[in-house]
Amino acid sequence: MAHFTKATSVKDWLNQRLAIEKVEKVMGSEYWIPKNINFLWAMGMVLVITFALLLVSGIFLLMYYQPNVATAFDSVNYTIMREVDFGWLWRHIHGVAASVVFLIIYIHMFTGIYYGSYKKGREMIWISGMLLFVAFSAEAFSGYMLPWGQMSYWAGMVITNLFSGGSLHADGLVEWIRGDYVPAQAFLTRFFMLHVLLIPIAIMGLIGLHFAALRIPHVNNQDGEEIDFPAEAKKYLDGDKAGSKVIRFANDFMSKDMFVVGIYLVFFFYLVFYNYGFAMDPVNFDPANGLKTPSHIYPEWYFLWSYEILRPFSIDIGLMAFGFAQVIFMLLPFLDRSPNTVAANRRGLFKVWFWLMLSNMIVLTSMGKLPPAGIFSDIGFYSAILFIVMWIALPIITSLEKKV
Amino acid sequence: MKDNNRRGFMGKAFGAVAGVGAIGSLVAMKKTWDPLPSVKAAGFTTLDMSIYKENELVVEKWRGKPIFVLKKTAGMIEKQTEKQKSRDIIINGEHYMICIGLCTHLGCIPAYNAAEQGFLCACHGGQFDWSGNVTKVPPPRGFDIPPFKIDGNKLVLGEAGPEYTKMKETGVTL
Repeated sequence: MAHFTKATSVKDWLNQRLAIEKVEKVMGSEYWIPKNINFLWAMGMVLVITFALLLVSGIFLLMYYQPNVATAFDSVNYTIMREVDFGWLWRHIHGVAASVVFLIIYIHMFTGIYYGSYKKGREMIWISGMLLFVAFSAEAFSGYMLPWGQMSYWAGMVITNLFSGGSLHADGLVEWIRGDYVPAQAFLTRFFMLHVLLIPIAIMGLIGLHFAALRIPHVNNQDGEEIDFPAEAKKYLDGDKAGSKVIRFANDFMSKDMFVVGIYLVFFFYLVFYNYGFAMDPVNFDPANGLKTPSHIYPEWYFLWSYEILRPFSIDIGLMAFGFAQVIFMLLPFLDRSPNTVAANRRGLFKVWFWLMLSNMIVLTSMGKLPPAGIFSDIGFYSAILFIVMWIALPIITSLEKKV
Repeated sequence: MKDNNRRGFMGKAFGAVAGVGAIGSLVAMKKTWDPLPSVKAAGFTTLDMSIYKENELVVEKWRGKPIFVLKKTAGMIEKQTEKQKSRDIIINGEHYMICIGLCTHLGCIPAYNAAEQGFLCACHGGQFDWSGNVTKVPPPRGFDIPPFKIDGNKLVLGEAGPEYTKMKETGVTL
Protein backbone atom coordinates (compact mmCIF):
# COMPACT_ATOMS: atom_id res chain seq x y z
CA MET A 1 0.00 0.00 0.00
CA ALA A 2 1.14 3.51 -0.78
CA HIS A 3 2.25 5.82 2.02
CA PHE A 4 -0.26 8.46 3.09
CA THR A 5 0.44 11.45 5.37
CA LYS A 6 -1.93 13.61 7.36
CA ALA A 7 -3.56 15.97 4.88
CA THR A 8 -2.87 19.70 5.14
CA SER A 9 -5.98 20.66 3.15
CA VAL A 10 -8.93 19.15 1.34
CA LYS A 11 -7.00 19.56 -1.89
CA ASP A 12 -3.99 17.77 -0.43
CA TRP A 13 -6.26 15.00 0.88
CA LEU A 14 -7.72 14.47 -2.61
CA ASN A 15 -4.30 14.86 -4.22
CA GLN A 16 -2.87 12.00 -2.20
CA ARG A 17 -5.73 9.73 -3.23
CA LEU A 18 -6.65 10.88 -6.76
CA ALA A 19 -3.64 12.91 -7.96
CA ILE A 20 -6.01 15.69 -8.98
CA GLU A 21 -3.20 18.18 -9.70
CA LYS A 22 -1.56 15.76 -12.08
CA VAL A 23 -4.90 15.03 -13.77
CA GLU A 24 -5.59 18.75 -14.16
CA LYS A 25 -2.19 19.24 -15.83
CA VAL A 26 -2.56 16.30 -18.21
CA MET A 27 -6.11 17.17 -19.21
CA GLY A 28 -5.96 20.97 -19.14
CA SER A 29 -3.18 23.30 -18.20
CA GLU A 30 -0.39 21.29 -19.84
CA TYR A 31 -2.36 19.98 -22.79
CA TRP A 32 -1.00 22.14 -25.59
CA ILE A 33 -2.93 23.78 -28.44
CA PRO A 34 -1.24 25.56 -31.38
CA LYS A 35 -1.76 29.32 -31.60
CA ASN A 36 -2.09 29.29 -35.38
CA ILE A 37 -5.77 28.29 -35.56
CA ASN A 38 -9.11 30.03 -36.09
CA PHE A 39 -12.70 29.87 -34.86
CA LEU A 40 -13.36 26.67 -36.84
CA TRP A 41 -11.22 24.85 -34.25
CA ALA A 42 -13.93 25.58 -31.68
CA MET A 43 -16.50 23.30 -33.37
CA GLY A 44 -15.46 20.35 -31.21
CA MET A 45 -16.40 22.25 -28.07
CA VAL A 46 -19.60 23.47 -29.74
CA LEU A 47 -20.44 19.81 -30.39
CA VAL A 48 -19.69 18.82 -26.78
CA ILE A 49 -22.04 21.55 -25.53
CA THR A 50 -24.75 20.54 -28.03
CA PHE A 51 -24.45 16.92 -26.95
CA ALA A 52 -24.81 18.04 -23.32
CA LEU A 53 -27.98 19.97 -24.27
CA LEU A 54 -29.36 16.86 -25.98
CA LEU A 55 -28.56 14.73 -22.94
CA VAL A 56 -30.15 17.09 -20.41
CA SER A 57 -33.28 17.82 -22.47
CA GLY A 58 -33.55 14.09 -23.23
CA ILE A 59 -33.51 13.22 -19.53
CA PHE A 60 -36.50 15.50 -18.92
CA LEU A 61 -38.41 14.18 -21.96
CA LEU A 62 -37.75 10.62 -20.80
CA MET A 63 -39.72 11.25 -17.62
CA TYR A 64 -43.02 11.68 -19.50
CA TYR A 65 -42.53 9.88 -22.81
CA GLN A 66 -44.36 6.52 -23.15
CA PRO A 67 -42.94 3.99 -25.64
CA ASN A 68 -46.31 2.46 -26.53
CA VAL A 69 -47.95 2.64 -29.96
CA ALA A 70 -51.25 3.63 -28.38
CA THR A 71 -49.93 6.40 -26.13
CA ALA A 72 -46.59 7.56 -27.59
CA PHE A 73 -48.07 10.24 -29.84
CA ASP A 74 -50.17 11.81 -27.10
CA SER A 75 -47.45 11.54 -24.48
CA VAL A 76 -45.35 13.81 -26.73
CA ASN A 77 -47.93 16.09 -28.31
CA TYR A 78 -50.30 16.39 -25.40
CA THR A 79 -48.56 15.51 -22.12
CA ILE A 80 -45.12 16.97 -22.80
CA MET A 81 -46.23 19.87 -25.00
CA ARG A 82 -49.30 21.01 -23.07
CA GLU A 83 -49.41 19.59 -19.59
CA VAL A 84 -45.83 19.50 -18.36
CA ASP A 85 -44.58 22.93 -17.28
CA PHE A 86 -41.76 23.88 -19.67
CA GLY A 87 -42.20 20.53 -21.44
CA TRP A 88 -42.21 22.45 -24.75
CA LEU A 89 -38.78 23.85 -23.86
CA TRP A 90 -37.17 20.42 -23.52
CA ARG A 91 -38.78 19.19 -26.69
CA HIS A 92 -37.78 22.22 -28.72
CA ILE A 93 -34.22 22.11 -27.34
CA HIS A 94 -34.04 18.40 -28.16
CA GLY A 95 -35.48 18.80 -31.66
CA VAL A 96 -33.46 21.88 -32.59
CA ALA A 97 -30.23 20.45 -31.14
CA ALA A 98 -30.75 17.18 -33.03
CA SER A 99 -30.88 19.14 -36.27
CA VAL A 100 -28.20 21.74 -35.51
CA VAL A 101 -25.76 19.11 -34.23
CA PHE A 102 -25.53 17.80 -37.81
CA LEU A 103 -24.87 21.29 -39.18
CA ILE A 104 -21.92 21.60 -36.78
CA ILE A 105 -20.76 18.05 -37.55
CA TYR A 106 -20.67 18.90 -41.27
CA ILE A 107 -18.74 22.14 -40.58
CA HIS A 108 -16.35 20.17 -38.32
CA MET A 109 -15.88 17.52 -41.05
CA PHE A 110 -15.29 19.93 -43.89
CA THR A 111 -12.88 21.94 -41.72
CA GLY A 112 -10.93 18.73 -41.24
CA ILE A 113 -10.98 17.99 -44.98
CA TYR A 114 -9.94 21.54 -45.91
CA TYR A 115 -6.93 21.65 -43.57
CA GLY A 116 -5.88 18.01 -44.10
CA SER A 117 -6.47 17.17 -40.44
CA TYR A 118 -6.93 13.47 -41.25
CA LYS A 119 -3.34 12.88 -42.38
CA LYS A 120 0.05 11.97 -40.94
CA GLY A 121 -0.87 10.29 -37.68
CA ARG A 122 -4.32 11.89 -37.44
CA GLU A 123 -6.09 9.03 -39.26
CA MET A 124 -7.67 7.67 -36.07
CA ILE A 125 -9.11 11.11 -35.25
CA TRP A 126 -10.85 11.07 -38.63
CA ILE A 127 -12.01 7.45 -38.37
CA SER A 128 -13.34 7.80 -34.82
CA GLY A 129 -15.04 11.01 -35.95
CA MET A 130 -16.74 9.22 -38.83
CA LEU A 131 -17.83 6.45 -36.45
CA LEU A 132 -19.37 9.21 -34.32
CA PHE A 133 -21.17 10.47 -37.42
CA VAL A 134 -22.61 6.97 -37.97
CA ALA A 135 -23.63 6.71 -34.30
CA PHE A 136 -25.25 10.18 -34.39
CA SER A 137 -27.14 9.20 -37.56
CA ALA A 138 -28.46 6.06 -35.85
CA GLU A 139 -29.35 8.14 -32.79
CA ALA A 140 -31.19 10.69 -34.93
CA PHE A 141 -33.11 7.99 -36.81
CA SER A 142 -34.12 6.05 -33.69
CA GLY A 143 -35.22 9.27 -31.98
CA TYR A 144 -37.29 10.22 -35.02
CA MET A 145 -39.38 7.06 -34.49
CA LEU A 146 -40.43 7.97 -30.96
CA PRO A 147 -43.25 10.55 -31.46
CA TRP A 148 -44.95 7.82 -33.60
CA GLY A 149 -46.37 10.25 -36.13
CA GLN A 150 -46.78 9.64 -39.85
CA MET A 151 -43.19 10.61 -40.69
CA SER A 152 -41.88 8.42 -37.86
CA TYR A 153 -43.81 5.42 -39.12
CA TRP A 154 -43.01 5.80 -42.80
CA ALA A 155 -39.37 6.71 -42.24
CA GLY A 156 -39.18 3.55 -40.11
CA MET A 157 -40.79 1.54 -42.88
CA VAL A 158 -38.49 2.86 -45.64
CA ILE A 159 -35.22 2.77 -43.70
CA THR A 160 -35.73 -0.75 -42.33
CA ASN A 161 -36.65 -1.89 -45.86
CA LEU A 162 -33.16 -0.83 -46.97
CA PHE A 163 -31.90 -3.89 -45.09
CA SER A 164 -33.73 -6.24 -47.45
CA GLY A 165 -30.78 -5.53 -49.80
CA GLY A 166 -32.83 -5.03 -52.97
CA SER A 167 -32.84 -8.20 -55.05
CA LEU A 168 -31.45 -10.21 -52.14
CA HIS A 169 -34.98 -10.08 -50.64
CA ALA A 170 -33.71 -10.48 -47.09
CA ASP A 171 -37.26 -9.94 -45.81
CA GLY A 172 -36.48 -12.16 -42.84
CA LEU A 173 -33.78 -9.72 -41.77
CA VAL A 174 -36.17 -6.78 -42.09
CA GLU A 175 -38.80 -8.58 -40.03
CA TRP A 176 -36.13 -9.49 -37.47
CA ILE A 177 -35.09 -5.83 -37.15
CA ARG A 178 -38.72 -4.78 -36.77
CA GLY A 179 -39.86 -7.70 -34.67
CA ASP A 180 -43.01 -7.67 -36.83
CA TYR A 181 -44.10 -7.61 -40.47
CA VAL A 182 -44.54 -3.84 -40.23
CA PRO A 183 -43.30 -1.26 -37.72
CA ALA A 184 -45.42 -1.87 -34.60
CA GLN A 185 -45.07 -2.21 -30.82
CA ALA A 186 -41.92 -4.40 -30.83
CA PHE A 187 -40.31 -1.96 -33.27
CA LEU A 188 -41.13 1.13 -31.20
CA THR A 189 -39.91 -0.36 -27.91
CA ARG A 190 -36.61 -1.58 -29.32
CA PHE A 191 -35.86 1.71 -31.06
CA PHE A 192 -36.71 3.46 -27.80
CA MET A 193 -34.12 1.28 -26.05
CA LEU A 194 -31.54 2.01 -28.77
CA HIS A 195 -32.23 5.75 -28.57
CA VAL A 196 -32.02 6.17 -24.81
CA LEU A 197 -29.45 3.54 -23.86
CA LEU A 198 -27.36 1.57 -26.32
CA ILE A 199 -26.52 4.26 -28.88
CA PRO A 200 -25.86 7.00 -26.27
CA ILE A 201 -23.43 4.62 -24.53
CA ALA A 202 -21.72 3.96 -27.86
CA ILE A 203 -21.56 7.73 -28.56
CA MET A 204 -19.97 8.44 -25.19
CA GLY A 205 -17.42 5.68 -25.73
CA LEU A 206 -16.62 7.03 -29.20
CA ILE A 207 -16.24 10.58 -27.87
CA GLY A 208 -13.65 9.16 -25.46
CA LEU A 209 -11.86 7.46 -28.35
CA HIS A 210 -12.05 10.64 -30.48
CA PHE A 211 -10.39 12.67 -27.70
CA ALA A 212 -7.82 9.96 -27.00
CA ALA A 213 -6.92 9.90 -30.71
CA LEU A 214 -5.98 13.60 -30.42
CA ARG A 215 -3.45 13.17 -27.59
CA ILE A 216 -0.46 11.90 -29.57
CA PRO A 217 -0.72 13.75 -32.93
CA HIS A 218 -2.24 16.86 -31.26
CA VAL A 219 -4.56 19.36 -32.91
CA ASN A 220 -3.67 20.41 -36.47
CA ASN A 221 -3.08 24.09 -37.34
CA GLN A 222 -3.91 26.41 -40.25
CA ASP A 223 -0.67 25.66 -42.12
CA GLY A 224 -0.44 21.97 -41.30
CA GLU A 225 2.92 22.80 -39.67
CA GLU A 226 4.56 19.94 -37.77
CA ILE A 227 5.08 21.43 -34.30
CA ASP A 228 7.58 19.98 -31.78
CA PHE A 229 5.09 20.09 -28.90
CA PRO A 230 7.46 19.19 -26.00
CA ALA A 231 9.98 21.87 -27.13
CA GLU A 232 7.31 24.55 -27.60
CA ALA A 233 5.70 23.62 -24.27
CA LYS A 234 9.09 23.98 -22.54
CA LYS A 235 9.57 27.41 -24.14
CA TYR A 236 6.13 28.42 -22.84
CA LEU A 237 6.75 27.12 -19.32
CA ASP A 238 10.17 28.82 -19.26
CA GLY A 239 8.43 32.15 -19.66
CA ASP A 240 8.67 32.80 -23.44
CA LYS A 241 4.92 32.80 -23.92
CA ALA A 242 5.05 35.13 -26.92
CA GLY A 243 7.73 33.10 -28.72
CA SER A 244 6.11 29.73 -28.13
CA LYS A 245 3.85 28.34 -30.85
CA VAL A 246 1.46 26.80 -28.30
CA ILE A 247 -0.85 27.82 -25.48
CA ARG A 248 -2.46 25.91 -22.62
CA PHE A 249 -5.77 24.15 -23.36
CA ALA A 250 -7.22 25.33 -20.03
CA ASN A 251 -7.94 28.03 -19.27
CA ASP A 252 -6.39 29.90 -22.19
CA PHE A 253 -7.68 28.12 -25.27
CA MET A 254 -10.88 27.09 -23.45
CA SER A 255 -11.79 30.72 -22.92
CA LYS A 256 -11.61 31.30 -26.70
CA ASP A 257 -13.57 28.09 -27.26
CA MET A 258 -16.23 29.24 -24.85
CA PHE A 259 -16.45 32.63 -26.55
CA VAL A 260 -17.41 30.85 -29.80
CA VAL A 261 -19.77 28.61 -27.84
CA GLY A 262 -21.37 31.76 -26.39
CA ILE A 263 -22.10 33.19 -29.84
CA TYR A 264 -23.34 29.78 -30.97
CA LEU A 265 -25.72 29.51 -28.02
CA VAL A 266 -27.27 32.90 -28.79
CA PHE A 267 -28.02 31.58 -32.30
CA PHE A 268 -29.15 28.22 -30.89
CA PHE A 269 -31.63 29.66 -28.40
CA TYR A 270 -32.90 32.10 -30.99
CA LEU A 271 -33.90 28.98 -32.97
CA VAL A 272 -35.33 27.23 -29.90
CA PHE A 273 -37.54 30.17 -28.94
CA TYR A 274 -38.47 31.80 -32.23
CA ASN A 275 -37.71 29.47 -35.10
CA TYR A 276 -38.05 25.84 -34.04
CA GLY A 277 -40.47 24.98 -36.89
CA PHE A 278 -37.74 23.65 -39.20
CA ALA A 279 -37.04 20.84 -36.74
CA MET A 280 -40.71 19.85 -36.36
CA ASP A 281 -42.10 18.35 -39.55
CA PRO A 282 -45.83 19.21 -39.86
CA VAL A 283 -46.58 15.74 -41.28
CA ASN A 284 -45.36 14.19 -38.04
CA PHE A 285 -48.21 15.89 -36.18
CA ASP A 286 -50.55 13.27 -37.71
CA PRO A 287 -50.53 10.00 -35.74
CA ALA A 288 -48.92 6.98 -37.43
CA ASN A 289 -51.21 5.24 -39.93
CA GLY A 290 -49.97 2.05 -41.58
CA LEU A 291 -52.59 2.26 -44.31
CA LYS A 292 -51.78 5.73 -45.61
CA THR A 293 -48.41 6.94 -46.91
CA PRO A 294 -48.00 10.73 -46.75
CA SER A 295 -48.01 12.20 -50.26
CA HIS A 296 -44.36 13.30 -50.13
CA ILE A 297 -41.78 11.62 -47.89
CA TYR A 298 -38.32 13.04 -47.34
CA PRO A 299 -35.81 12.58 -44.54
CA GLU A 300 -34.52 15.36 -42.29
CA TRP A 301 -32.21 17.79 -44.13
CA TYR A 302 -28.99 16.17 -42.88
CA PHE A 303 -29.75 12.85 -44.61
CA LEU A 304 -30.94 14.39 -47.89
CA TRP A 305 -27.62 14.18 -49.76
CA SER A 306 -27.26 10.43 -49.23
CA TYR A 307 -30.99 9.93 -49.87
CA GLU A 308 -30.58 11.69 -53.22
CA ILE A 309 -27.77 9.26 -54.09
CA LEU A 310 -30.18 6.35 -53.45
CA ARG A 311 -33.21 7.75 -55.22
CA PRO A 312 -32.48 8.22 -58.93
CA PHE A 313 -31.32 4.64 -59.59
CA SER A 314 -33.08 1.29 -59.80
CA ILE A 315 -33.07 -0.40 -56.42
CA ASP A 316 -29.90 -2.52 -56.57
CA ILE A 317 -27.70 0.16 -58.13
CA GLY A 318 -29.29 2.71 -55.79
CA LEU A 319 -28.44 0.62 -52.73
CA MET A 320 -24.87 0.13 -53.93
CA ALA A 321 -24.45 3.87 -54.54
CA PHE A 322 -25.98 4.57 -51.12
CA GLY A 323 -23.68 2.07 -49.42
CA PHE A 324 -20.72 3.63 -51.22
CA ALA A 325 -21.71 7.10 -49.99
CA GLN A 326 -22.02 5.82 -46.41
CA VAL A 327 -18.53 4.32 -46.15
CA ILE A 328 -16.44 6.40 -48.54
CA PHE A 329 -15.82 9.34 -46.19
CA MET A 330 -14.37 6.88 -43.67
CA LEU A 331 -11.64 5.96 -46.18
CA LEU A 332 -10.58 9.55 -46.90
CA PRO A 333 -7.15 9.30 -45.15
CA PHE A 334 -6.24 6.40 -47.43
CA LEU A 335 -7.72 7.78 -50.66
CA ASP A 336 -5.78 11.04 -50.33
CA ARG A 337 -2.38 10.01 -51.71
CA SER A 338 -0.73 13.43 -51.47
CA PRO A 339 2.23 13.99 -49.11
CA ASN A 340 0.99 17.50 -48.25
CA THR A 341 -0.72 18.30 -44.99
CA VAL A 342 -1.69 21.87 -45.81
CA ALA A 343 -4.85 23.86 -46.40
CA ALA A 344 -6.72 22.97 -49.58
CA ASN A 345 -6.10 26.39 -51.16
CA ARG A 346 -2.39 25.49 -51.53
CA ARG A 347 -3.05 22.06 -53.03
CA GLY A 348 -3.87 22.71 -56.70
CA LEU A 349 -6.48 20.27 -58.00
CA PHE A 350 -7.50 19.24 -54.51
CA LYS A 351 -8.69 22.82 -53.95
CA VAL A 352 -11.09 22.36 -56.89
CA TRP A 353 -12.08 18.92 -55.59
CA PHE A 354 -12.88 20.31 -52.14
CA TRP A 355 -15.13 23.15 -53.30
CA LEU A 356 -16.80 21.00 -55.95
CA MET A 357 -17.52 18.27 -53.37
CA LEU A 358 -18.96 20.80 -50.93
CA SER A 359 -21.15 22.41 -53.64
CA ASN A 360 -22.23 19.04 -54.98
CA MET A 361 -23.37 17.95 -51.53
CA ILE A 362 -25.38 21.16 -51.19
CA VAL A 363 -26.98 20.47 -54.62
CA LEU A 364 -27.74 16.85 -53.64
CA THR A 365 -29.27 18.11 -50.39
CA SER A 366 -31.54 20.58 -52.23
CA MET A 367 -32.62 18.02 -54.85
CA GLY A 368 -33.36 15.44 -52.15
CA LYS A 369 -35.96 17.76 -50.67
CA LEU A 370 -37.83 18.22 -53.96
CA PRO A 371 -40.34 15.74 -55.43
CA PRO A 372 -38.60 13.28 -57.80
CA ALA A 373 -39.84 14.69 -61.11
CA GLY A 374 -38.69 16.53 -64.22
CA ILE A 375 -35.53 18.61 -64.23
CA PHE A 376 -34.85 18.08 -60.50
CA SER A 377 -34.81 14.34 -61.02
CA ASP A 378 -32.14 14.81 -63.75
CA ILE A 379 -30.02 17.23 -61.70
CA GLY A 380 -30.15 14.77 -58.79
CA PHE A 381 -29.10 11.90 -61.06
CA TYR A 382 -26.07 13.72 -62.49
CA SER A 383 -25.03 15.06 -59.08
CA ALA A 384 -25.12 11.52 -57.68
CA ILE A 385 -22.94 10.32 -60.57
CA LEU A 386 -20.57 13.25 -60.00
CA PHE A 387 -20.29 12.39 -56.30
CA ILE A 388 -19.16 8.83 -57.08
CA VAL A 389 -16.82 9.89 -59.91
CA MET A 390 -15.16 12.48 -57.67
CA TRP A 391 -14.34 9.92 -55.00
CA ILE A 392 -12.91 7.56 -57.61
CA ALA A 393 -10.84 10.46 -58.99
CA LEU A 394 -9.51 11.51 -55.57
CA PRO A 395 -6.56 9.04 -55.37
CA ILE A 396 -5.52 10.00 -58.91
CA ILE A 397 -5.60 13.77 -58.52
CA THR A 398 -3.90 13.63 -55.12
CA SER A 399 -1.06 11.40 -56.34
CA LEU A 400 -0.39 13.91 -59.13
CA GLU A 401 -0.03 16.66 -56.53
CA LYS A 402 3.43 18.24 -56.16
CA LYS A 403 5.10 18.42 -52.77
CA VAL A 404 4.52 21.90 -51.35
CA MET B 1 7.73 -27.19 -19.98
CA LYS B 2 5.33 -29.17 -17.90
CA ASP B 3 4.01 -25.90 -16.45
CA ASN B 4 3.67 -24.39 -19.93
CA ASN B 5 1.53 -27.32 -21.02
CA ARG B 6 -0.72 -26.81 -18.06
CA ARG B 7 -0.98 -23.09 -18.79
CA GLY B 8 -1.74 -23.80 -22.42
CA PHE B 9 -4.44 -26.23 -21.41
CA MET B 10 -5.95 -23.71 -19.00
CA GLY B 11 -5.93 -21.09 -21.74
CA LYS B 12 -7.68 -23.38 -24.20
CA ALA B 13 -10.20 -24.54 -21.59
CA PHE B 14 -10.97 -20.90 -20.70
CA GLY B 15 -11.29 -20.02 -24.38
CA ALA B 16 -13.67 -22.92 -24.99
CA VAL B 17 -15.91 -22.02 -22.05
CA ALA B 18 -15.94 -18.34 -23.00
CA GLY B 19 -16.64 -19.24 -26.64
CA VAL B 20 -19.61 -21.42 -25.75
CA GLY B 21 -20.92 -18.66 -23.49
CA ALA B 22 -20.48 -16.02 -26.19
CA ILE B 23 -22.24 -18.09 -28.86
CA GLY B 24 -25.02 -18.97 -26.41
CA SER B 25 -25.64 -15.33 -25.55
CA LEU B 26 -25.63 -14.31 -29.22
CA VAL B 27 -28.27 -16.96 -29.98
CA ALA B 28 -30.39 -15.72 -27.07
CA MET B 29 -30.02 -12.10 -28.18
CA LYS B 30 -30.92 -12.94 -31.79
CA LYS B 31 -33.97 -14.93 -30.72
CA THR B 32 -35.12 -12.19 -28.36
CA TRP B 33 -35.33 -9.85 -31.35
CA ASP B 34 -37.41 -12.32 -33.41
CA PRO B 35 -41.09 -11.50 -34.06
CA LEU B 36 -43.20 -12.86 -31.20
CA PRO B 37 -45.40 -15.95 -31.72
CA SER B 38 -48.50 -13.78 -31.23
CA VAL B 39 -47.29 -11.54 -34.04
CA LYS B 40 -46.48 -14.47 -36.34
CA ALA B 41 -49.81 -16.15 -35.68
CA ALA B 42 -51.72 -13.00 -36.63
CA GLY B 43 -53.92 -15.24 -38.71
CA PHE B 44 -55.89 -15.02 -41.87
CA THR B 45 -58.11 -12.41 -43.45
CA THR B 46 -61.22 -13.44 -45.38
CA LEU B 47 -62.62 -11.08 -48.01
CA ASP B 48 -66.19 -11.19 -49.31
CA MET B 49 -65.70 -10.48 -53.02
CA SER B 50 -69.28 -9.37 -53.74
CA ILE B 51 -68.79 -5.84 -52.39
CA TYR B 52 -66.23 -4.47 -54.86
CA LYS B 53 -67.01 -2.04 -57.69
CA GLU B 54 -65.21 -1.88 -61.02
CA ASN B 55 -62.09 0.37 -61.27
CA GLU B 56 -62.47 1.44 -57.64
CA LEU B 57 -59.49 0.62 -55.46
CA VAL B 58 -60.27 -0.76 -52.00
CA VAL B 59 -57.54 -1.16 -49.39
CA GLU B 60 -57.94 -4.11 -47.05
CA LYS B 61 -55.58 -5.08 -44.24
CA TRP B 62 -53.65 -8.31 -43.75
CA ARG B 63 -50.87 -8.79 -41.19
CA GLY B 64 -50.68 -5.02 -40.74
CA LYS B 65 -50.07 -4.54 -44.44
CA PRO B 66 -52.41 -2.84 -46.89
CA ILE B 67 -53.94 -5.16 -49.52
CA PHE B 68 -55.07 -3.59 -52.81
CA VAL B 69 -58.26 -5.02 -54.30
CA LEU B 70 -59.20 -3.70 -57.75
CA LYS B 71 -62.08 -5.18 -59.72
CA LYS B 72 -61.17 -4.94 -63.40
CA THR B 73 -63.44 -3.34 -65.99
CA ALA B 74 -64.45 -5.12 -69.18
CA GLY B 75 -62.12 -2.80 -71.09
CA MET B 76 -59.17 -3.82 -68.95
CA ILE B 77 -59.91 -7.53 -69.31
CA GLU B 78 -60.17 -7.15 -73.08
CA LYS B 79 -56.81 -5.44 -73.58
CA GLN B 80 -54.84 -7.55 -71.10
CA THR B 81 -51.40 -8.60 -72.29
CA GLU B 82 -49.99 -12.04 -71.37
CA LYS B 83 -47.92 -10.46 -68.60
CA GLN B 84 -50.93 -8.69 -67.16
CA LYS B 85 -53.09 -11.79 -67.53
CA SER B 86 -50.64 -13.89 -65.52
CA ARG B 87 -51.41 -11.75 -62.45
CA ASP B 88 -55.16 -11.93 -62.97
CA ILE B 89 -57.17 -13.49 -60.12
CA ILE B 90 -60.54 -14.83 -61.25
CA ILE B 91 -63.20 -15.35 -58.60
CA ASN B 92 -66.71 -16.38 -59.63
CA GLY B 93 -66.09 -15.24 -63.20
CA GLU B 94 -64.98 -11.75 -62.12
CA HIS B 95 -61.40 -10.51 -62.68
CA TYR B 96 -59.43 -8.85 -59.90
CA MET B 97 -56.03 -7.40 -59.15
CA ILE B 98 -55.22 -8.38 -55.57
CA CYS B 99 -51.80 -7.59 -54.14
CA ILE B 100 -49.83 -6.21 -51.23
CA GLY B 101 -50.17 -2.45 -51.55
CA LEU B 102 -46.58 -1.63 -50.78
CA CYS B 103 -44.16 -0.31 -53.36
CA THR B 104 -41.56 -3.03 -54.00
CA HIS B 105 -38.85 -0.37 -53.84
CA LEU B 106 -38.93 0.63 -50.17
CA GLY B 107 -42.45 -0.07 -48.98
CA CYS B 108 -44.46 3.13 -49.34
CA ILE B 109 -48.14 2.87 -50.31
CA PRO B 110 -48.69 4.06 -53.90
CA ALA B 111 -51.87 5.98 -54.71
CA TYR B 112 -54.35 4.87 -57.41
CA ASN B 113 -55.50 7.29 -60.06
CA ALA B 114 -58.77 5.85 -61.41
CA ALA B 115 -58.82 8.18 -64.43
CA GLU B 116 -55.34 7.15 -65.56
CA GLN B 117 -55.82 3.59 -64.30
CA GLY B 118 -52.37 3.51 -62.71
CA PHE B 119 -50.49 3.77 -59.41
CA LEU B 120 -47.93 6.40 -58.44
CA CYS B 121 -45.60 6.04 -55.45
CA ALA B 122 -44.90 9.47 -53.99
CA CYS B 123 -41.74 8.43 -52.19
CA HIS B 124 -39.40 7.80 -55.09
CA GLY B 125 -41.63 8.24 -58.13
CA GLY B 126 -42.26 4.57 -59.04
CA GLN B 127 -45.32 3.77 -61.20
CA PHE B 128 -47.48 0.67 -61.70
CA ASP B 129 -50.32 -0.13 -64.10
CA TRP B 130 -53.79 -1.42 -63.12
CA SER B 131 -52.59 -5.03 -63.19
CA GLY B 132 -49.81 -4.31 -60.68
CA ASN B 133 -46.88 -4.38 -63.12
CA VAL B 134 -44.14 -1.74 -62.95
CA THR B 135 -44.25 0.99 -65.58
CA LYS B 136 -41.52 3.25 -64.14
CA VAL B 137 -38.48 2.44 -61.93
CA PRO B 138 -37.12 2.42 -59.17
CA PRO B 139 -39.43 -0.46 -58.06
CA PRO B 140 -37.70 -3.68 -59.18
CA ARG B 141 -40.89 -5.73 -59.76
CA GLY B 142 -44.66 -5.56 -59.76
CA PHE B 143 -46.66 -5.60 -56.54
CA ASP B 144 -46.23 -8.78 -54.53
CA ILE B 145 -49.28 -11.04 -54.34
CA PRO B 146 -50.11 -12.35 -50.85
CA PRO B 147 -50.78 -16.09 -50.37
CA PHE B 148 -54.47 -16.55 -51.22
CA LYS B 149 -57.04 -19.31 -51.56
CA ILE B 150 -60.28 -18.97 -53.50
CA ASP B 151 -63.28 -20.32 -51.63
CA GLY B 152 -66.49 -19.82 -53.65
CA ASN B 153 -67.12 -16.06 -53.64
CA LYS B 154 -64.69 -15.58 -50.77
CA LEU B 155 -60.94 -15.06 -50.72
CA VAL B 156 -58.76 -16.22 -47.80
CA LEU B 157 -55.49 -14.33 -47.40
CA GLY B 158 -52.58 -16.10 -45.67
CA GLU B 159 -53.38 -19.54 -47.06
CA ALA B 160 -51.79 -20.76 -50.30
CA GLY B 161 -54.31 -22.18 -52.77
CA PRO B 162 -53.46 -23.84 -56.13
CA GLU B 163 -53.78 -20.57 -58.10
CA TYR B 164 -51.31 -18.84 -55.78
CA THR B 165 -48.88 -21.77 -55.83
CA LYS B 166 -48.88 -21.65 -59.62
CA MET B 167 -48.12 -17.91 -59.63
CA LYS B 168 -45.25 -18.46 -57.21
CA GLU B 169 -43.82 -21.33 -59.23
CA THR B 170 -43.96 -19.39 -62.49
CA GLY B 171 -42.29 -16.42 -60.83
CA VAL B 172 -45.25 -14.05 -61.22
CA THR B 173 -44.82 -13.14 -57.55
CA LEU B 174 -42.13 -13.76 -54.96
